[in-house]
Amino acid sequence: MLRRRALRDFLIVAGPLLLLLAVLPFVYSNTLLLFNFVMFLTLAQGLNILYGFTGFLPFGYVGFFGAGAYGFALAVMHFQLPPFGALAVAGCAAVLLGVILSPLMRLSGAYFAIANLAAAQAVYQVVSNPALEDVTRGPYGVSLTDTYAPGLSYGTSVAILAGTLAVVVWLRNSDFGLSLRATREDPISAGMAGVAVVRGRIIAWLISALIAGLTGGVFAWHVSVFYPETAFDFSIGIFAIVFTLFGGSATLLGPVLGVLILYGLYNAIGITVPQYFQLIYGVLIVGFALFLPDGLTSLLTRRGLRVP
Amino acid sequence: MLIHALLSGLVFGLYFTLVGLGLNLIFGVMRIVNLAHGDFLMLGAFAAYWLFTLLGLHPLLSALCVFAAFIILGIPIYYLVVPRLQQSRDSEMLSLILFFGLSQIVEALASIAFGSTERSIPGKVLGVGSAHLFGQGLPIAWLFSGGVSAVAVLFVYLYLYRTRLGTLTRAVMVSRDEALATGIDVHWVSAIAFGIGIALAGVSGVFAPFMFGSITPAMGVEVNVAAFAVIVVGTLGNPVGTALGGAIYGVSLMLMQTYLGSWSNILPNLLLIAVLLARPQGLLGRKVRHA
Repeated sequence: MLRRRALRDFLIVAGPLLLLLAVLPFVYSNTLLLFNFVMFLTLAQGLNILYGFTGFLPFGYVGFFGAGAYGFALAVMHFQLPPFGALAVAGCAAVLLGVILSPLMRLSGAYFAIANLAAAQAVYQVVSNPALEDVTRGPYGVSLTDTYAPGLSYGTSVAILAGTLAVVVWLRNSDFGLSLRATREDPISAGMAGVAVVRGRIIAWLISALIAGLTGGVFAWHVSVFYPETAFDFSIGIFAIVFTLFGGSATLLGPVLGVLILYGLYNAIGITVPQYFQLIYGVLIVGFALFLPDGLTSLLTRRGLRVP
Repeated sequence: MLIHALLSGLVFGLYFTLVGLGLNLIFGVMRIVNLAHGDFLMLGAFAAYWLFTLLGLHPLLSALCVFAAFIILGIPIYYLVVPRLQQSRDSEMLSLILFFGLSQIVEALASIAFGSTERSIPGKVLGVGSAHLFGQGLPIAWLFSGGVSAVAVLFVYLYLYRTRLGTLTRAVMVSRDEALATGIDVHWVSAIAFGIGIALAGVSGVFAPFMFGSITPAMGVEVNVAAFAVIVVGTLGNPVGTALGGAIYGVSLMLMQTYLGSWSNILPNLLLIAVLLARPQGLLGRKVRHA
């Protein structure tokens, strides 16, 4: 029963989306824009896994993304690994960072969010430090022209998105996902009921880190030339948070809607006049934090409808 | 060199105490995280800049004007935003997002109005040359800013511990529900605290051109991280602890800049993480954390 519902959710939301993303490059030539959509769809869902299901808000989520991008770049530059090998390194780099930072999960609420932001900045400052120029090229950025393959890397990013959506569907329709949501609502009662609170949180945290790391790796592969400021751009993580919350966290549909609507809006007006977009964006954030704190999908769930 | 680093660290520490104080007051009273703190500081800095370039007003007078104006600005913002926010399920988390949105609005408006060029006020406005302390020369502008910061910290201390409204504020800090039950007008007390918190950000902004060298509309984010480091190292919600946090922050920043130049910008982040992990309740705090 649960399994059939999971399959149906996946087919209703992820099926059309993935099909559309797979076909679009053949009719629309701006692959970079499409790639950015896939990137934010994946990051928003990766963040959803942590925030939606455990309530921990990673303000420095971009740290894992940057770690993945640099993991990919270093594997290619120093060990001449093929792209898929380097992608595995990217995922490992982010998971390793997640393991190192896992003590942060002892903190709660705003303390966690702020410490996570500080950690992401610290990683950025290490990577971009001129003293490490021999290893990371410091602030001068990396260039990976040998592995450049826009078509293949785009396809890989869609595959990563598919995997991420499958994880979210699994969390929504499994005992493990239910136990995570129980710890989000009340960790003490959940622990009393026999839920392994800490283990569940750490698993969600590492899955979330892995997804961001793989996305960062495929980002490095796709754009091939980037700087520490672009790979660790604070607003990447913030965008992922805002998209997720705007759509509605802990759902499969919410973050997808958030990315399609808000990132679509960003591309329609943001490129030419960034200040005006920043203004509209800020007003939107304040507006929905005040009037629609549970996201767009809560308009449906409030009426008793089930949202995938 | 060591003594110079220590002395200038203490002066910067006083200034950073002022930078963190408003943020800490707001968190302590309302349990909300004002991510727009750095942007209010930026507004204070630009107010001082324009008051100086257009009217030639001395920064000390600007500080008084900014303080009054920002209290008046802060109270309506409180009533517009905070009561509604506190009704929600997870208000602390939502406040992070809401005030991030507010900071985007302020930053966007400021860069539309002022452009993104760096601006500064000549340091000689506050006094020429450098003062000598223990045989070490420190710019007078720094000492001046440090002195004003000390006065502001004293003001907040007197407000909290020597006035009736301050006593009520501390009651709300300890327990909002019990304060409400004893008949305290929690919203009014909180609104005043919010106004003072924003006004303190504005006043510290007035001296930002002297301490940071120059100001831009986008400076808020970096200031925020420093302010968070200061108040977390001190104790969240404890204004006296902020002074300790500021001193530790200032001294270690100056020591890093003197001996390990290129790594000094990593310091606030490492300090923040280390203290959060070792003592999440801050150096002076009692146990306040709930798992």
